[in-house]
Amino acid sequence: MIALERRPEPSRAWQYATPLLAVALTMVAGGLMFAALGKDPFAAIRTIFWDPLFHPQFAAFSRPQLLVKAGPLILIAIGLSLGFRAGVWNIGAEGQYIVGALCGAAAGLALYPSDSVLIFPMMVLAGALGGWAWAMIPAILKTRFNTNEILVSLLLVYVAENLMASLAVGALRNPEGGGFPGSRNLAQWDAASNPELIAGTGMHWGVAAAFIAVILAYVLLARHLTGFHIRLTGEAPRAARFAGVSPARLVIFCLGVSGALAGLAGLFEVTGPAGQISIDFNTGYGFTAIIVAFLGRLHPVGILLAGLLMALTYIGGELASFMLGIPAAAIQAFQGMLLFFLLAVDVLTNYRIRLGRREVAG
Amino acid sequence: MSDGGDLLTLDGLTKAYPGVVANDDVSFAIAPGRIHALLGENGAGKSTLVKTVYGLVKPDTGTMRLAGADYTPASPQAARAAGVAMVFQHFSLFDALDVAENVALGMEDPPPRRQLARRIREVSRDYGLPLDPGRIVGDLSAGERQRVEIVRCLLQNPQLLIMDEPTSVLTPQEVEILFRTLRQLAAEGTAILYISHKLEEIRALCDSATILRLGKVVATCTPAEKSARELAELMVGTTLATPARAAGGRGETLLTLDALSQPALGPFGTPLREISLEVGAGEIVGIGGVAGNGQDELLMALSGETRVRRDAIRLRGAAVGHLGPVARRRLGLLTAPEERLGHAAAPDMSLTENAVLSAHVRQRLARRGFVDWRRAKDYAEHVIAAFDVRTPGPGHAARSLSGGNLQKFVIGREVMQKPDLLVVNQPTWGVDASAAAAIRQALLDLAAGGAGVIAISQDLDELMEISDRFAALNEGRLSPPRAAQGLTVEEIGLMLGGAHDMEVAHAH
Repeated sequence: MIALERRPEPSRAWQYATPLLAVALTMVAGGLMFAALGKDPFAAIRTIFWDPLFHPQFAAFSRPQLLVKAGPLILIAIGLSLGFRAGVWNIGAEGQYIVGALCGAAAGLALYPSDSVLIFPMMVLAGALGGWAWAMIPAILKTRFNTNEILVSLLLVYVAENLMASLAVGALRNPEGGGFPGSRNLAQWDAASNPELIAGTGMHWGVAAAFIAVILAYVLLARHLTGFHIRLTGEAPRAARFAGVSPARLVIFCLGVSGALAGLAGLFEVTGPAGQISIDFNTGYGFTAIIVAFLGRLHPVGILLAGLLMALTYIGGELASFMLGIPAAAIQAFQGMLLFFLLAVDVLTNYRIRLGRREVAG
Repeated sequence: MSDGGDLLTLDGLTKAYPGVVANDDVSFAIAPGRIHALLGENGAGKSTLVKTVYGLVKPDTGTMRLAGADYTPASPQAARAAGVAMVFQHFSLFDALDVAENVALGMEDPPPRRQLARRIREVSRDYGLPLDPGRIVGDLSAGERQRVEIVRCLLQNPQLLIMDEPTSVLTPQEVEILFRTLRQLAAEGTAILYISHKLEEIRALCDSATILRLGKVVATCTPAEKSARELAELMVGTTLATPARAAGGRGETLLTLDALSQPALGPFGTPLREISLEVGAGEIVGIGGVAGNGQDELLMALSGETRVRRDAIRLRGAAVGHLGPVARRRLGLLTAPEERLGHAAAPDMSLTENAVLSAHVRQRLARRGFVDWRRAKDYAEHVIAAFDVRTPGPGHAARSLSGGNLQKFVIGREVMQKPDLLVVNQPTWGVDASAAAAIRQALLDLAAGGAGVIAISQDLDELMEISDRFAALNEGRLSPPRAAQGLTVEEIGLMLGGAHDMEVAHAH
């Protein structure tokens, strides 16, 4: 019989080893899936994990994409991880990302075609405020009326999507766009653009913000009393009450920070890689960031690595579907496996496997 | 070692779990009609042993014989079929069902309801355990619930009845009723295996005792011939220091509770009703009562986890009822909740982190919001050293400590902050005798140093040992406190609400 036995303390070694094991298991199971689809599993895995960075022909294009895609994932995931640590489940980062982009873009476009240097900073602020405000809706509903923040934040994603669609064909539509939906191109307006800071790297202000967020989150969790209270609330809510933590304030703080960071990610995306508000501006960063947060063990440095890995599977997945004809759904299933295996092997942190005869209940 | 006269003989029982030998070559015998005590500290192996007898645990080696035949119960059902019944420390009853339904649920083949109700009435009358089969269990007191469990066992006519810490939830009067029942059962030939760490009870009730320490039998004796102190020393294996108390008068009033009321928190909570109390410098006020009468609620109202009317709680005259835990700590009002893991301490966090949990204000473990982990570690080490907490170091998770060691840490963490007033709830619950003595001594020392202490506990012996004044908490009401010195067990029992008017039961 195989039995699970609770460890007296969580194993530190396994805490670090489980993400690697999960990646390895995902490669095996994903390889089997690709083989079942009639594709060469080794070629598929190599195309996803290796070619984006080192393929002689494609790497020049796909390598900068790594940071472009990882930036928003990391920025959003850092915010989410603070809440997840405290047991505050913001599932609606996608909505906060959209509203952040909308508010930032609207604030900038209101002053078009000014070339003041203050335009971009003001848009950044407006983006953060927009995401924050959107996250305050579930926060206040939870603290005032005890609603479930999971449902409220998730449903607000669909409200945000429709808000964006209506603005893209309405108030924010490019007056010189010939009637096509979508706003002016912000990336082509110098005062509002978020350019590549170092040519050929994909590095833009959003990526820089993500790195700064990683550092600040690390300091917050490791050194600051607020971070300590976040961890305490997640691990032992009654002990947190005893320590003097106000649950309502913590909910407001966690949702506020994650909303603001998601809003920032949206703003940097709309002013840079995406360039404009369009009907299909959002591409699911807010949801993928949930996976990134867990893949990174809710730890800032882990999230940094997980964001890069996740971005790699995105780019590699696109490459694989383009070069090997692997369906996009299979790529998504592959990414899902990553989270599945991570959660599954997580049990090894707190339990050890014991092979032996069964213990009589007691 | 089979002796024809014994009902149950255990021979060389050994049961090892990873890292610990729970029972090591345990042998003893129980004769019919005898009340045999199994005595030992927490972790001595009592529970594993009785679970073995009741078919819940399979021993690694060793044999058991029951009534002359080999006895290897594979399950509690098999144990019950062989005539072994057990009353657990924690009741397994359904609140929403009535007494007869609960009894039926625990039987292999319950008779029809009407017949069962009649049998329940008969048994409860014969053994002085009044029970109405039609009452809903949720409405019963702890003592009455225990009667349901006992009656359920008695209906199966057991040869051997196992009782695990049966008196921990009872008032003194209820304990008396239980003892009369057990003596009557023994007189009729039932063997009783009685597990407890309450020494006076065992001396009064039991014919013989087996004492376990670290899984081994260290002594077999007749408890009436030993003093409680001798029994305790056999249990612990060392000589015990009696807490020394310095006689001191009561100083200025530190804490005033003025008609402290609070609605029940949740459906199973107890409301606090108009609690008034004054605690002076240098005194320990003991608050006794059966669990579930408002102890948790009182502690949370005092810690600041629940806010109350401003001037319902005054510290040195200043109203603090509206303040949260951090502000109250700053003013010198500290608390230590009953539940160690999850309330007083975060199980998966290290002792250093748990030190920050409640000590960062007074010990200045954080500066401008940033935790000073060096200072925190120093403070945790300080507590570990001063309270003899057995752990490899402050970096280890709270849940890796034994109950007694974690409790010493939790109490130490508060005591070392030099509180003006400390409130502790169940300070020695589930703690071994030597740790309990150390904790009581720390409370006495704290009071001797001029602080006020409120000790909430179900252990009356403990309260009598350390309290200057005693008050009883019953259904959220606090009795007027009385000087602890000279208070008799009967008086305390009446303060605790007596035996819920069941005294008449044994009259006929």
